[in-house]
Amino acid sequence: MKSKLSAESNYDVLELSGEIDLHYSPQLREMILGSLKNGNSLLINMAEVSYIDSSGIASLVEGFQTAKTANLSYGLLTISSPALEVLTLTRLDRVFTLYDTIEQFQSQL
Amino acid sequence: MENTSAISISNLDVDYGSRRILSNINFDIREGEIMVIMGDSGSGKSTLLRTMLGLKKPSAGHIKMLGTDICHASQKELYKLREKMGVAFQGGALFTSMSVTENIQLRLREHTKLDENTIQIMTRIKLDMVNLLPYENLMPSELSGGMKKRAALARAIIMDPKLLFFDEPSAGLDPITSAELDNLIVMLKETMRMTIVVVTHELESVFAIADRIAILGDGELIQVGTPEEIKSSTDERVINLLNRTPRENIVDGDVHLQRLTRDNQ
Repeated sequence: MKSKLSAESNYDVLELSGEIDLHYSPQLREMILGSLKNGNSLLINMAEVSYIDSSGIASLVEGFQTAKTANLSYGLLTISSPALEVLTLTRLDRVFTLYDTIEQFQSQL
Repeated sequence: MENTSAISISNLDVDYGSRRILSNINFDIREGEIMVIMGDSGSGKSTLLRTMLGLKKPSAGHIKMLGTDICHASQKELYKLREKMGVAFQGGALFTSMSVTENIQLRLREHTKLDENTIQIMTRIKLDMVNLLPYENLMPSELSGGMKKRAALARAIIMDPKLLFFDEPSAGLDPITSAELDNLIVMLKETMRMTIVVVTHELESVFAIADRIAILGDGELIQVGTPEEIKSSTDERVINLLNRTPRENIVDGDVHLQRLTRDNQ
């Protein structure tokens, strides 16, 4: 997994790529919760994610729950087809807010 | 991807004492496919599964899994490989003193240092996938046969294994539960990129899930092929297996009488 966290004026963007599995999900969890802990809304770009297992999905879910409790915006951007298949299998495509463009996310802030 | 071998079996012999159970088995299981191993009782399919799982040592030959020869691997290599494997046994093999959730979480707790929240969410994801979420706190003794199989599957996939072994998934299940389990197995292959090995003698399941089928008979590999190739096989043993011809009907009456009385003659 490769990741890049960047700060916009009123939200953070986390760009993910490659494979997210048991070895990388603790790192993903730390980044997501760290960003939310600082009071920032978070947009996670998943366009380049080639594989995500359930530990990675669990990190995304925990982030979503944390954001909800803290009343922060939290969304997934341009999800790659392999990642979307896993979200669909786990029925989480109905839970997360999925965005096609950054502008859609910005309009929710 | 389709042409890379996840499991490669070569020149495999397996004996129990002086009795040869498997003889000169050779075939590959490709990454990302569902390979169904089928055969009648006594054909050697369960022994092949036990050998692939490292529970039975072969007398000769090799089994290479994800690049590791399990017949000659060190304990450390086997441990590493087993992290990438999931097994759902026929009877479930759940620990009776643990709840469904505790059974499913066991491997995560033993093999990873994941955060408690992550473990809880992963467990619930898997319970939901096998439709057992409302029953997470039940004990195995409170589950039906189908529920036990689904719990065993959830436990087998808790660490998102690369290789999933499933022993008789449909045995003892009603047709609807069996079809649901079949669909789930296919979905796991397609979305989680698992290579899945299913051992079964349930024909309906075989053709519902298999990318390829390996047919064993009397300890030998009779044929490996796609469902279409197996259906159009000209091998009499394959035809008999598919048509489920009762053994009694293919034995001539006189021959059968002789077989039953030969020791008295």
